[in-house]
Amino acid sequence: MPKKTGAAVLSAVIPGLGQMYNRQWLKGLAFLVTGMAWFYFMTHGLTGHLRGLITLGELPSRMVKVGKMTRMVEGDHSIFMMINGLMALLALFLYCGFYLLNIRDAFMVGAARARQEQIRSFGQSLKYMGRRHFAYLVLAIPLTAIVFLTILPLVFSVLLAFTNYADPILPPANLVDWVGFGNFKKMLSLDVWSTTFGGILTWTLCWAVIATVTTYIGGVLVAVLIHQPRVRFKKLWRTLLIVPFAIPNMISLLVMRNMFNNQFGPVNKYLGMIGLNGLPWLTDPFWAKVTVILANMWIGIPVTMILAFGVLTTIPRDLYEAAEVDGAGSAHKFRMITLPMVLFATAPILIMQFAGNINSFNVIYLMTNGEPVNPHYQYAGDTDLLVTWLYKLALNQSQYSFASVIGIIIFLLVATFSIWSYRRTRSYKEEDMIT
Amino acid sequence: MNRKPEEAAKTIGSYALLILLSCISLFPAFWIVMSSFKTGNSLFSDTLIPRRMTLVHYQELFEQTKYLQWFLNTLKVAALSTLIGTSLLLLASYAISRYRFAGRKSMLTAFLVLQMFPGFMAMIAIYVLLNTLGLLNSHWALVLVYSSGSIITNVFVAKGFFDTIPKSLEDAARIDGASHMKVFLSIMMPLSKPMLTYASLMIFNGCFVDFIFADLILRTEEKRTLAVGLFRMVNQSNSTEFTLFAAGAVLVALPVTLLFIFLQRFLIDGLTAGAMKG
Repeated sequence: MPKKTGAAVLSAVIPGLGQMYNRQWLKGLAFLVTGMAWFYFMTHGLTGHLRGLITLGELPSRMVKVGKMTRMVEGDHSIFMMINGLMALLALFLYCGFYLLNIRDAFMVGAARARQEQIRSFGQSLKYMGRRHFAYLVLAIPLTAIVFLTILPLVFSVLLAFTNYADPILPPANLVDWVGFGNFKKMLSLDVWSTTFGGILTWTLCWAVIATVTTYIGGVLVAVLIHQPRVRFKKLWRTLLIVPFAIPNMISLLVMRNMFNNQFGPVNKYLGMIGLNGLPWLTDPFWAKVTVILANMWIGIPVTMILAFGVLTTIPRDLYEAAEVDGAGSAHKFRMITLPMVLFATAPILIMQFAGNINSFNVIYLMTNGEPVNPHYQYAGDTDLLVTWLYKLALNQSQYSFASVIGIIIFLLVATFSIWSYRRTRSYKEEDMIT
Repeated sequence: MNRKPEEAAKTIGSYALLILLSCISLFPAFWIVMSSFKTGNSLFSDTLIPRRMTLVHYQELFEQTKYLQWFLNTLKVAALSTLIGTSLLLLASYAISRYRFAGRKSMLTAFLVLQMFPGFMAMIAIYVLLNTLGLLNSHWALVLVYSSGSIITNVFVAKGFFDTIPKSLEDAARIDGASHMKVFLSIMMPLSKPMLTYASLMIFNGCFVDFIFADLILRTEEKRTLAVGLFRMVNQSNSTEFTLFAAGAVLVALPVTLLFIFLQRFLIDGLTAGAMKG
């Protein structure tokens, strides 16, 4: 049997054996220890965890008579079982990767030996890895953090959408079960859910369109206003108008909530001073929506202003001079030169901002908290976006599975717009990232 | 020249509009600062500039609440997260920008996809995870989550930045025999200062203002951060302690706002870079 096949087969049987056959003793030992450790964990618990992921527990907590006393006996906790199961699954994947690499390594070294090449010592192998696979070494720590703190929790949350983990069914008292697409069906067909879902989805899309358009147009207009040749102290105006962007938006939104207070807020007071009746800013469904849009404009316009400012400075002056020679007025110049240039450069951001606005949690949560409450809605108010509804469902109402369904729907919405816009950007065309 | 009066009118109009817009943009800040100096504790006042100024609310803030403690907590969490988050971000984006390795494209796609999930969808899971690790009510939990989260949110801006640094610089160093690590530390690091400033400011600011996640993790009053403390202050006592909140808000917003205005240039560069390069 040729050396490479022999080494590969030996490594496939027991990791590390092929390396030893190749006379790489230290490497073989390291691989062997890893393989043994895996075998130990596999037999002590990992299989149990994997089964737990499928069953989500068999015994709920229950009262058991022990002699004369009735005692609470702890049963399976579906949620912990799910997380442990996911970790076990991750470990399984990692091991499979290691196992395949181990076979490949044995095969490659075996082949090199057959060609009478010098075999690298353990130290040389490590050094070679540092040179050849520097990127992986550098990425190891960030990726580990991402896998455990972002990907694992997200997978868990997505899986929740396919269980019945929602208010009356809460572990450890009850066991959670897989229900497939049941929650999605309920969301669309059950009246209490579908009314709320339809209403909130409509408002979310309206909000995203209005919020994007108002801040975009506002920002471009402000930038053009400052950029006019007749305006002096450009830097001063820019700094003054950038202030809303600089104040942490958590603070400014809490402040604005007080400013628009119907009874005590200064906005209504000033309206009263000039003889107008105050408006029910935060308590009337319609005006509450207007208020959050106004607040969002205040926060969002500076961002577009900065971007538009960047574009405006790059438009060559002679374009305008040529237009003036042809007798164009300023409105005409704006429409024919400025607007197309700005639009061209900022169009990709426009779609990204739209996608971002679907998720703008702070503006709604801090200004109105989704209120005024809508009696026809399930745990939601008139200004609630999908994302604030998700939050309320999960953290106030313990409707975890429905919250996850909403999360998946938001993801689908945002993903559609982002991928669509991303395919238009330069870096995609250069790199061809999504295939 | 019959267009002169018209031109003058336009100039005056532009300035009037700019002054009006500046007033609107500054008003909430001005109002909250004035409220913090006001006597009494209510939202209502009949004049914008209070007749009698007082510093008593600032004093109350330090004597009656754990404001100083919150401030130190926030600084600790923000500083650690910024440090760890920026270094991880730098490593990750450098590797992705400069090296071509198997799985690179799928990794970038994965980052893109991860960004699209609503941020706190994973919160329940992180909560359970931290609970099993015994990390609830600890600042380290926040630091861990913030710094790993910051990689994903900033990696595209950072990668875009590294993409603009010419490759010939490294090649020259390599010919002189510099190792990968050496190239990274002595060439790429110094060059990435603008990006570093942008990213660390973003992470720092994120830690300063996040109240949802911090509220979930931090269980006791001594452990709270500023944002959580302030949010609770205004949420629990419905506008009865308004002036106290105002004083707290001014103290939080002031350093961050000044930092932003001071570092405007980097921010603008970062914003435009992030936007143009997707």
